[in-house]
Amino acid sequence: MIQVENLHKAFGEVRAVDGVSFAARDGEITGLLGPNGAGKTTTLRMLYTLMRPDSGRVLVDGIDSGIDPLAVRKRLGVLPDARGLYKHLTARENIDYFARLQGVPAGVAAHRRDTLIKVLEMRDFVDRRAEGFSQGQRVKTAIARALIHDPKNVILDEPTNGLDVMATRRMRQFMRDLRAEGRCVLFSSHIMQEVAQLCDRIVVIAKGRVVADEPPEALRTQTGESNLEEAFVKIIGSGEGLAA
Amino acid sequence: MNSSLVVFLKEFRENLRDRRTVLNALITGPLIGPLIFVMLINVMISRQLSQAEGPLRLPVIGATNAPNLIAELRQQGLDPQPPVADPIAAVRNRDVAAVLRIPPAFGESWHTGEPAQVEIYYDSSRRETQQVVNRLKEMVQRYSRLTGAMRLVARGLSSTLASPVLVDERDQSTPQSRAGALFSILPYFFVLTVFIGGMYLAIDLTAGERERQSLEPLFVNPVAPWRILLGKVAAICVFSACSLLICIVAFTVAGRFIPTEKLGMALGLGPVFAVEVLVLMLPLVLLIAALETLVAAFSKSFREAQTYLSLLMLIPILPSIMLSLFPVKTASWMYAVPLLSQQVAITELLLGGSVTAAQIGTCLVCGFAVAALMLAVTARVYGSERLAISV
Repeated sequence: MIQVENLHKAFGEVRAVDGVSFAARDGEITGLLGPNGAGKTTTLRMLYTLMRPDSGRVLVDGIDSGIDPLAVRKRLGVLPDARGLYKHLTARENIDYFARLQGVPAGVAAHRRDTLIKVLEMRDFVDRRAEGFSQGQRVKTAIARALIHDPKNVILDEPTNGLDVMATRRMRQFMRDLRAEGRCVLFSSHIMQEVAQLCDRIVVIAKGRVVADEPPEALRTQTGESNLEEAFVKIIGSGEGLAA
Repeated sequence: MNSSLVVFLKEFRENLRDRRTVLNALITGPLIGPLIFVMLINVMISRQLSQAEGPLRLPVIGATNAPNLIAELRQQGLDPQPPVADPIAAVRNRDVAAVLRIPPAFGESWHTGEPAQVEIYYDSSRRETQQVVNRLKEMVQRYSRLTGAMRLVARGLSSTLASPVLVDERDQSTPQSRAGALFSILPYFFVLTVFIGGMYLAIDLTAGERERQSLEPLFVNPVAPWRILLGKVAAICVFSACSLLICIVAFTVAGRFIPTEKLGMALGLGPVFAVEVLVLMLPLVLLIAALETLVAAFSKSFREAQTYLSLLMLIPILPSIMLSLFPVKTASWMYAVPLLSQQVAITELLLGGSVTAAQIGTCLVCGFAVAALMLAVTARVYGSERLAISV
């Protein structure tokens, strides 16, 4: 469960995030949708405590990130926008490094790692060095290392970015599996189709503010549009930056 | 397991697999210094020896005007070469170090008892010819004194009449101290080795990681930034300390190939010297690792960090240059200043002087204190939220 209350963050004159509040519940997929530059990544960075909000607060499973950021990080599995691997290490070593940093006991980590390798279909490249991995292999490794400590809450920043059609489909199924396991899944995207297909709840951000926070059907009824795309354009005020 | 240790072990293992880091830290960094140094010293020593003792080959114009003088100069080691047409041009064009010219009037002046003139053409701005010119002057003057003394004796006077004051030079230099001027650059090579040995790694672990976008995922783990920093700095220190160790061993080995005994010099290179240098340099290993990481944390990219650090590399040479330009007496406060203290102490040890335990203690305590301060500043920068963000 992730609760966000009235977050503000400015970089100099630019108000990147200007009063964002929403909640992402357990057993649900919450989509953070918005055009490029709407403040999605900055919002997520404050959620996973890489940035400190100017004001407002974030609660993860009831823990205030401003008070105990390390405890919050332990409860989060994060796939950031930056997903670089260590190219001289194998995929397995990349995953193990994060397991140790998360303080997962070796036996538990090995078991969890093997499960992730199976679920993410990584077996044929897990013992190769990360140098020369395809985009899909890189994302899979980055997700495996992010989830090695079995976090209850999962934050994914544009998880399907750069993936081909098949990899994208598998990624979506993987997110549904995470939901089925009762986790709180929060992901950002600028692709409407993806958000519409997956989400139980859609939070639309534009110009650093939340402009809608509804289940997909409610968005349609609220705007009076039967087509989701038209609904989004109406909410955001322009079609700029949205991809179908 | 302690998270700093986790970071350290991972950085250590990963970078052992990086051929560039390993080459840099274990071969190029530590061996280039000793190699250049030994070659340079060998060239300097052999040139000095040949100029001081070898036959002096110089063109002589008008040798037939003073056959006796030339015969005497030959005895002293001059090897007269065929005359050149234009002595001024020959000296200016650096064809020869000097030209001796004996004017046609030499014989006439000699026989009438007038001072007979010889001319030496040289260029005093060419410092390397100084020794040759001095040798030639000394040869001519010796002949002049000898002849003068004989003329006095022929007239029944004592030869000492013409030289009422006698200078007796008593040179107090020891073989070690004569070696000093040549070897005061040596501590810089040690500092440089530590700098180069850790540089690539320091840039790679902060600016490089950020550029490859792996710093943000790393900082999402529940580990305080300063713990990550400690692990990384420890890895840099291990690599640069290895560099230093190899460099010191290389110097003690290479020192045997320096023909110092030909100049009547002696160097204190040996196992004891090696251990003492290693201990004295330890604070700098930490200080430089922290400094390099700090610069890498401020730089936006790998290349930017490389540029800054290349400039920074010149700073450690300052004490060496200062001490060779303004040779001051070693004062105890110098042992409290990092870089300067290593410079002073290592030079002292090399030349067979003694460094007291208190002085070594001062050097270590002050060095580590400054290193800790540098580390604290770097940790502050590591804790800032801008550090991990690559775009």
